[in-house]
Amino acid sequence: MPDLGLEVLLKGKNMARLLGGLWVALRISLIAVAVSIPAGLLLGVVMTWKHPLIRALTRLYLEAIRILPQLVLLFLVFFGTTRVFGWDLSGELSSVIVFSLWGTAEMGDLVRGALESVPAHQYESAKALGLTERQTFLYVVIPQAARRLIPLSINLITRMIKTTSLVLMIGVVEMLKVAQQIIEANRMSSPNAAFGVYLTVFVLYFLACWPISLLAGHLEKKWG
Amino acid sequence: MKTTRRILSALAAFTLALSLTACGAKPAAQSSPNASSGAVYRTLDEIKQSGTVNIGVFSDKNPFGYVDENGAYQGYDVYFAERIGQDLGVKINYVSTEAANRVEYLETGKVDIILANFTVTAERAEKVDFALPYMNVALGVVSHDERVITDLDQIGADDSVIVITGTTAETYLIENYPNIKLQKFDTYANAKSAFENGGVAWANDNTEVIAFALQNSGYTVGIPSLGSQDTIAPAVSKGNESLLNWINDEIKSLAGENFFHKDYEATLTDTYGLDYEESLVVEGGVVAGNA
Repeated sequence: MPDLGLEVLLKGKNMARLLGGLWVALRISLIAVAVSIPAGLLLGVVMTWKHPLIRALTRLYLEAIRILPQLVLLFLVFFGTTRVFGWDLSGELSSVIVFSLWGTAEMGDLVRGALESVPAHQYESAKALGLTERQTFLYVVIPQAARRLIPLSINLITRMIKTTSLVLMIGVVEMLKVAQQIIEANRMSSPNAAFGVYLTVFVLYFLACWPISLLAGHLEKKWG
Repeated sequence: MKTTRRILSALAAFTLALSLTACGAKPAAQSSPNASSGAVYRTLDEIKQSGTVNIGVFSDKNPFGYVDENGAYQGYDVYFAERIGQDLGVKINYVSTEAANRVEYLETGKVDIILANFTVTAERAEKVDFALPYMNVALGVVSHDERVITDLDQIGADDSVIVITGTTAETYLIENYPNIKLQKFDTYANAKSAFENGGVAWANDNTEVIAFALQNSGYTVGIPSLGSQDTIAPAVSKGNESLLNWINDEIKSLAGENFFHKDYEATLTDTYGLDYEESLVVEGGVVAGNA
């Protein structure tokens, strides 16, 4: 067995610090997910409306969020709001805001795509059967759209969890930063620690994202 | 029609994005009027009143600023930061900074002092105020034993030099060796892994590369001193005179007890041995002749 330097994780409070870092990452991403999913569902429905002004505005929001890398968004919210408005947002709050804005935009687009992917004949058949618009939406469109939406939104959630590694750039000490701190603090005594620590980080990210994938599989089967 | 609208909306979105970025950047140019009104930074009295000083340090740069296994900040910079907190009579809130965001932290007043191995350069001095120096530094280049780079001309067209974004090494190489390809990393830890896993050469502060070669076998500092001799100093937000003067007085008075020599012996001897003490330490803010 090669020396992975795993012993550094047993030193002092290192393992607890790493788990604490994971908790910071999860806290940021899960709050953002909790905001993004309902907001994204609403946005997605709004995005299917034909009104040109609404289309332009939602499009503008989506593209603005998409064009800017998350790191730039983080800097804009964390440092930009201080420069322009004098707000002193904490790093963590800034992260939650950015991830919520990003998640809402992406989720909205997924919902729009899922709704529009329901073929026109489904609407027409529903009408032919005498269903009201409300009934069509509830019993015909939503069940089909939801099934398409699940794998896509799970993908988004796991992506949001993993992207929290960027928040170290605005001073939030999350799991990856703790990992780097541990590796550096021990660079003399355990030069190989990078392997073991990054491996542990990998396993922890996996353990955090895996249950979400399992849940998605379960839901897909149940509703599929 | 549809395509036109799509292009138009994409353009509009782009404009918005640009204007947002511009909003973020604009006040930087006007930081002096902002600063004189005291909006950006906290004065010495305000810091004392609040009972906490925010100090930006590295959290992954052993032995200057790092976090030990109990989660406590340690290192040469931190040793000084602790003393500042003690003499100000306030608690210290350490903020983990990266090389690339140190100036930004001061420009927005999100920290009061940066003590993160901050090399004094003319360009940075336009945006932040440096106090008296407490350490010497030059650039150095470390390479693998199998292919020691002793001159930057040995870097071939297909090779690239590893640097950390926002460091003086990056600026120096871009200005003086525009033909050398750079491989840039945001964090020290990532740059180190990339170099160990096959990078040809790594340019960084010479303290860094000397320490790296001493601790890891198989590497040689082929170029121990490159570019000009620089110093490392604490920095505060542009215009924060009360805090700047206090730090300068502090550095001068600490010379009486040989504070930075003690700091070196407590934090740096494990890494550099005692050989580099006189050449690295700056006591009382006075840089000795040609260090």
